Amino acid sequence: MDTDKTRIQSLIDKHQGLKKNLVAILLDIQESFNYLPPESLRQVAKALGMPLIDVLGVATFYRAFSLRPRGKHMCLVCLGTACHVRGAQKILEEIERKLDVPAGENTKDGQFTLETAACLGCCAIGPVVVVDGAYQGHATIRKVAPILDKYRKPKASGKRPKAAAKTATRKGGRAARKK
Amino acid sequence: MIELILNGLPVKAEEGWTVLETANFYGLEIPTLCHHEGLTEFGGCRLCLVEIGEPPKSNLVTSCTYPAEAGLVVRTDTNRVWAARRMMIELMLSVAPGSKVLQDLASKFGVTKVRFTPRNEECILCGLCVRICAEQMDAKAIGFQQRGHKRKISTPFDMRSEECRLCGACMYVCPVCQLRCQGPNAETALCNGCLTMDPTCLEHYDDLQCWMYDAGRCGTCVREKKS
Ligand code: SF4
Ligand code: SF4
Ligand code: FES
Ligand code: FES
Repeated sequence: MDTDKTRIQSLIDKHQGLKKNLVAILLDIQESFNYLPPESLRQVAKALGMPLIDVLGVATFYRAFSLRPRGKHMCLVCLGTACHVRGAQKILEEIERKLDVPAGENTKDGQFTLETAACLGCCAIGPVVVVDGAYQGHATIRKVAPILDKYRKPKASGKRPKAAAKTATRKGGRAARKK
Repeated sequence: MIELILNGLPVKAEEGWTVLETANFYGLEIPTLCHHEGLTEFGGCRLCLVEIGEPPKSNLVTSCTYPAEAGLVVRTDTNRVWAARRMMIELMLSVAPGSKVLQDLASKFGVTKVRFTPRNEECILCGLCVRICAEQMDAKAIGFQQRGHKRKISTPFDMRSEECRLCGACMYVCPVCQLRCQGPNAETALCNGCLTMDPTCLEHYDDLQCWMYDAGRCGTCVREKKS
């Protein structure tokens, strides 16, 4: 516990313990713990001299933060307008089936967290699925399984998925649209 | 002193006054909901809208947050203002039809239908409770959380707050905490019982017969006007 405290304190110190750096501090905590532990929020509130409720207001406002531990891999499905008209809902349903988890939840084995977004700003390559920061454009129901499998096996994760995803994107996307 | 035109009349406002304060000073009533004396302005309910500027280019602004400026032309009760007001009441009522304050506003401004599906929530996010807790009670126990359609008022981690001093001020200011006359399980989204304060005794007598005097305040004898 105490090591956690010092870890958080060092992250606060890194940002000079300033109120205006609240978001940066929370981002660092999120990255290092993979979520925002309640104790950390209390500690941050105390260190920055601001009410706990305000810290929570920020922590619950941004989707980058999570108050519950997240799975190892973050799977984000865009449900924005452009992706929606290209069938994002179907893709989400397929992923929900494959991972056996509703959107917004973690899989039982703790491997994945499934989240949805309302436009990721790259509508041209929609429908978009993002896994661990790697954008998989022109997603289709068929592509869902291979994408997830790449992250399922611990070996395959690393640099490969990104490269693989890109080629898959090009082939699949264009070909599918030409038809 | 700032000179401006209020409903066609030249008026004077003091430095730092808002349009709402100026209008109130001259006895004009502008309906408000998220405004409360002694709390910072929030500008969230949009009930206090007024029209500023000359018609083709006029704008609707919230009078509770708009500072009185020299030469400003303000009109508080135009068709556009009334339409906007009614719309705001209708929208808020569809969120929380259980609120007496909102039902009363609906009757006062002649909102006779709610075209949206009632959501029966217990909060219209006016922020009064948050501000009274922080600014008057110095507790900062509750606040806004989440965003978009999930936005809500809560304590940290949705648990009993250590900062809360159980003063009840948040419930006192809340416009939704006071339930409508028909109770929480009323069948319709709209009451409209007070639409016309038309005491029944006037049909038979020339003078009001009410023991309580202030006609129909209690609402028991009142019914809708035959038009
Ligand atoms: S009862 Fe608690 S939450 Fe409500 S105003 Fe008082 S201190 Fe704040
Ligand atoms: S709980 Fe009541 S006072 Fe607080 S924001 Fe909601 S409606 Fe307003
Ligand atoms: S709608 Fe999906 S990226 Fe814009
Ligand atoms: S009173 Fe002005 S916006 Fe609510």
